[in-house]
Amino acid sequence: MSENKQRLEIVTPQGKVFSEEVDFLVAPGAEGELGILPNHAALITSLNIGIMRIEQDGKKFKVFVSGGFLNVRNSKVTVLATAAERTEEIDVARAEAAKQRAEDRIAAGSPDLDLARAELALQRAITRIKAASEK
Amino acid sequence: MASLRDLRRRIRATENMQQITKAMKAVSAAKMRRAQEAVTLARPYSKRIKNVLGGVAVASGGVRHPLLEVREPKKTAFVVLTADRGLCGGFNSNIIRRTTQEVQGVKTEFTLLAVGRKGRDFFRRRGFEIAKEYIGIGDDAQYAAARDITSYVIDKYSAEEYDEVYLIYSQFINVLVQKPIKVKILPAEPPTEEGAAGKEKETQKVPYIFEPSAEAVLAELLPKYIENAIYQGLLETKAGFYSAQMTAMENATQNASEMIDNLTLTMNRARQAQITKEISEIVGGAAALE
Repeated sequence: MSENKQRLEIVTPQGKVFSEEVDFLVAPGAEGELGILPNHAALITSLNIGIMRIEQDGKKFKVFVSGGFLNVRNSKVTVLATAAERTEEIDVARAEAAKQRAEDRIAAGSPDLDLARAELALQRAITRIKAASEK
Repeated sequence: MASLRDLRRRIRATENMQQITKAMKAVSAAKMRRAQEAVTLARPYSKRIKNVLGGVAVASGGVRHPLLEVREPKKTAFVVLTADRGLCGGFNSNIIRRTTQEVQGVKTEFTLLAVGRKGRDFFRRRGFEIAKEYIGIGDDAQYAAARDITSYVIDKYSAEEYDEVYLIYSQFINVLVQKPIKVKILPAEPPTEEGAAGKEKETQKVPYIFEPSAEAVLAELLPKYIENAIYQGLLETKAGFYSAQMTAMENATQNASEMIDNLTLTMNRARQAQITKEISEIVGGAAALE
């Protein structure tokens, strides 16, 4: 492993989304965004729903993560998320549908509604749409 | 002896059946491959979430969390994963038998969460208490289902309605072998120090930074850990079901072949006997005329 690179792995229950050497990344940490350069101290943090920005060999790209965890050790960064997609792979139509569904559910406000979950679903959908539109 | 016409009819019926079992075998083989792939894809996540949890548990040294608290068990819940359909040999009945044994073994009150139609039907017929049932989980809704089940059992556990929760499912060992196993999911048991340290001894020495705090990370991590255990169970059940079905259909196809062979033999004998009889009648008739 070269001096100024770190290994980034993004893993979801549906498989590895990403596993490459990168220069720099910014992740949506629970306490605000955090940037990670190679040789970062060992760290475990939970992530919010948001967009990760990654720099690799002068190229920049973005990855949507639906919350989860980030673990740094020995210049190896592991992101565990229930879902993650590179922005160009986001299914916008599906996200729009999910947004609609979540909004309807919140608006209908049925008694057995799990409001926290519906709001999370809405946030995921909005973040996905945003991520896809600003690539 | 059965008449020629009966034999022909039976052969035709068996051939039709064989075509069906052959087709079902091909279908389950294809679905099994996909299900197996899903199991393989889920493994890295599973391994890493265990690592992280082990790391948190070790590095934070005895952080307490409600989901880790062991209580005197008064009520036990079993989450039983079976398939929605049959024609898969002993796959479902093995899980059901294991569950029945477990249920008889507990000294506390118990309830069941039935996942899969076969398990639900069985336990409902027997009059077991079924707290919740999940039927017809789609192939791409499995994580969502795992999330639903997890939030349900965590709610019940936090409300102290359940004191212990176990998952019973069929472990997918290979295409021919599926073994029913029982896994404790609540109170959560983080991978032990040896387990977490095993390959990565440095886990214990690394002073981790936790954000926002070890407790907060743990509070988010534990539900994901349980979710993942259930998700894995669901995937393995699916893979196991399709491989059991494939094996069962393979056997059925073979049995049909054997049956067709036997019937064909009997039919040929009957046909020959008839021809012989006819000839001897003709010869007899001719002899009588002379």
